[in-house]
Amino acid sequence: MIYSRHRGVIFLVLRRMRAPLAALITIFAISVLGLTIVPGVDANGEPARMSFFHAFYFISYTATTIGFGEVPTTFTEAQRMWVIVCIYLSVLGWAYAIGSLFALLQNKTFQNALRTERFAGEVRRLSEPFYLLCGYGETGRLVTRALDHMGMRVVAIEIEPRKAAELDLHGLFADVPALVADAGQPDVLRLAGLEKPECLGVMALTNNDETNLAIAIATRLLAPKLPALCRCQSVEVAANMASFGTRHIINPFEKFGEYLALALHSPSAFHLLEWLTGITGNEVKPHRDPPRGTWVLCGYGDFGRLLARALDEEGMTVTLIDREPPPDGTRYRWVRGDGTGAPALLEADIKSACGVVACTGNDVNNLSICVTARELNPDLFVVVRQNHFSNNPLFQAFDSDAPVVPSRIIAHECLAILTTPLLAPFLDHLKASREDWASRLLQRLTGRFGWRVPPVWSVRINAREAPALFALLMPAGPEVTLDALMRDHAKRELSLDCEALYISRDDGSSTLLPSPDYAIRPGDELLLVGTRQARNHLALTLENPNTLDYVLTGNDMPGGWIWQRLSRRHET
Amino acid sequence: MNLEKVVFGFFIVLAATLNFGFFVGELDNAQHHDIYELFAAIVVNLIATVLKFGDRTQIGAIHLSTSLVADLQLIAAAAVWAWATHIAGTGLDAAWTAKVVSLSGGALFANVVSVIILIAETIMQRR
Repeated sequence: MIYSRHRGVIFLVLRRMRAPLAALITIFAISVLGLTIVPGVDANGEPARMSFFHAFYFISYTATTIGFGEVPTTFTEAQRMWVIVCIYLSVLGWAYAIGSLFALLQNKTFQNALRTERFAGEVRRLSEPFYLLCGYGETGRLVTRALDHMGMRVVAIEIEPRKAAELDLHGLFADVPALVADAGQPDVLRLAGLEKPECLGVMALTNNDETNLAIAIATRLLAPKLPALCRCQSVEVAANMASFGTRHIINPFEKFGEYLALALHSPSAFHLLEWLTGITGNEVKPHRDPPRGTWVLCGYGDFGRLLARALDEEGMTVTLIDREPPPDGTRYRWVRGDGTGAPALLEADIKSACGVVACTGNDVNNLSICVTARELNPDLFVVVRQNHFSNNPLFQAFDSDAPVVPSRIIAHECLAILTTPLLAPFLDHLKASREDWASRLLQRLTGRFGWRVPPVWSVRINAREAPALFALLMPAGPEVTLDALMRDHAKRELSLDCEALYISRDDGSSTLLPSPDYAIRPGDELLLVGTRQARNHLALTLENPNTLDYVLTGNDMPGGWIWQRLSRRHET
Repeated sequence: MNLEKVVFGFFIVLAATLNFGFFVGELDNAQHHDIYELFAAIVVNLIATVLKFGDRTQIGAIHLSTSLVADLQLIAAAAVWAWATHIAGTGLDAAWTAKVVSLSGGALFANVVSVIILIAETIMQRR
């Protein structure tokens, strides 16, 4: 299907309706003409022919089955005879015309064209910033819901009609225009608004690496400035994506490997990361930290390999259980077998191991491994890979220490990258930090905001995001400290319930956990964490000059021009 | 030879000829203008319009618009005729006849344009 030429559904209808309409006109013409020729009588009984005007009137109401009777005078027998012919002719004509129209409306291609047209129209009219989402699977659903909660618009492309239809059922606040099409085609992306200035970013979250690659290339060439987030599971495709400058390539398994390594290395930093990148409002449970010792790894596929490397780098001993010998002649100990049964697990010395990783591609097998392993050794730390989201109830019932749900990992990563770009550098600092520092920070923040995932946002001090503060600071204004700014706009003695984690200056320097007397300069970008209310209050302070003035100085400035004039005169 | 082209050309030319047939004669003499011819002109014009539906080319668009103009003028002429004979009570006198015929004259001009486009299109294709 050629998407760029989809502007003319109406033309398609007209083209298909040509023959029926021509037939209808002909039938009307024959009927009217016949009625003016057939002999009749006038009101006085004199022979007279019907005029065109009356004939057209009569045929119009007869053909449309309204039927007022014989107007203007009673018909002669000859006229009645002709009217019988007219009635049946007109029934035929309407049946043909309406039948053709319905056949056209039932036509799959036509319906598709109609849907595409409607989608293109919705996207064209979309005047708010939006994200383009390719692939509305489990990950897409999580991301869409979270963005919707934040008031961001989303445009979705999904190849499976069933999944796309689910969009209407998920109870989102805003409409999500959705198209059933292959997102790998540039025309489809263009139709979905890739080149619109309102498009903020592209997320390639289909479960096909090739399609994601195609989306990445199309984005790079058609809209080079847009950030593209690509899900990718194979190393080769990831390298290909990276080769033309795709900035965000998300491999869920690699990401989990990183997380596990971080959790082993610095448990508090990992908790902090989970707390900051989760979906706002979800509770993060402080869970058990992974122990150090021997790990048994069942299933040595792509994911197994990544995890084995991560564990190895943290200095753990790894024992593999797989039916096939490891292909790369690895130095880890290998036990042939299937982790679902006790013999292989016992052979791998599960009783003295500290953790087990079940990462085969089969959910039932993974659960079976975990249950068996835990029976043999109740203290094991269990990491289990969940492949299909539909098995979620099973995984929830089995209380593992660290479930690996790829869709959730990708969704969190996407949201973190898209909504708070500053989070990434902060997390890098976090990953490199020492355990005691991270632990203190975690205690302080969770003590203040609780274990629920708080709103994390960033603000840039520029004319668009903070007009009032920017205007105050721009021509070498007064010094404004972080502490002075973050105050309640109703009672400035109270400070706002939020905290700056990280500030990046436009000269490239950055400050981790800035102190309260940090002087803000135009162009600074702040990463903040706090309550939703604090976020709204701060936004008002940054936007409204009067509020800002009160927060900084304590003067309650009158709003209007006249009051400003009057108060100034009063002061002098 | 293409039957579709034959039918298309037939209706366009027939619309113009019927229109001309009704128009020709003294402007205000009802004897020179047969109402059946006006009826035929309207019907053929409507069919010609429908046949032009669904062509997305530039020339197709102009074709359609000339036809729509002719339809509008002819239907206006028919409405004026119906008013004169049935509603005004004066019958089809010289003044009313002149109105009807001059309206059909406007339609004739649109039909001529339509025929010219048809000829131009044919010449352009050189086949």
